[in-house]
Amino acid sequence: MNHEASIVEVILESKLENVEQAEEAARGVSAKLKFDEEAQFQIEMAVHEAVINAIHHGNKEDPSKKVYIKFLVSEDRLEIHVRDEGVGFDPSTLPDPLARENLLNISGRGIFLVRKFMDEFRVENPPGGGTEVIMVKHLGSRIQSNQGGTGREHEGDSASG
Amino acid sequence: MSMKATVRQVDSVTVVDVSGRITLGEACKELRELIRGELGKGHKSILLNLADVTYIDSSGIGELVSAFTAVSSQGGKLKLLKLTKKVHDLLQITKLYTVFDIHDDEAGAVSSF
Repeated sequence: MNHEASIVEVILESKLENVEQAEEAARGVSAKLKFDEEAQFQIEMAVHEAVINAIHHGNKEDPSKKVYIKFLVSEDRLEIHVRDEGVGFDPSTLPDPLARENLLNISGRGIFLVRKFMDEFRVENPPGGGTEVIMVKHLGSRIQSNQGGTGREHEGDSASG
Repeated sequence: MSMKATVRQVDSVTVVDVSGRITLGEACKELRELIRGELGKGHKSILLNLADVTYIDSSGIGELVSAFTAVSSQGGKLKLLKLTKKVHDLLQITKLYTVFDIHDDEAGAVSSF
């Protein structure tokens, strides 16, 4: 892969099981960019959550609707776009899952994890309709691994799997 | 790999060995039904062994919370055993690590009920 302005695109039908194709693509792109294992997991999980959100909440699991995923690689960043054909959502209205009163909520952690694992996150409403989640991992984080991380470096087991 | 869950009884504790992916969809539904089923049988001391869980997403974490509250609301206890690093990290990030009683050793976990 040429790191300058290369693009990988994946188009999925809105079925939950298809999320694994998106994860596979995320793993492939982040491994080629030589992110460390922890960052690869974070990118894969962010893509998983964004795509699940698009399939389940955006497209309501309607297989006639598609989810469009784009990985854009430039000199200093991996930018990932996940677009659905739903009515959109405003991330600023999502409750804080870390607030004491929300801690035992069953849902509401997906976008929180995307924000936590990626360096930039925003939601746009493209002119053609739908919702587009845009998230960025700086390539610099390859050498500043574990930033925003998980603090268990003393453990011997692997982060892969 | 989809989720698999098998149940065994150790003394008075119901140990559920979970493996594979706990993600939105069938896996979460199966886990929910299994826990409700055990509660229906009067099994209120439940230990979820997550040693072979390869992947868990936000919905899977939500399902662990749901199981915890379902068991607690019936006067029981649900504890977690042998978290992988990923599951451990996700529970820390989501501040749920202090909510659950987590063990690394099965015998110790069983005797803690």
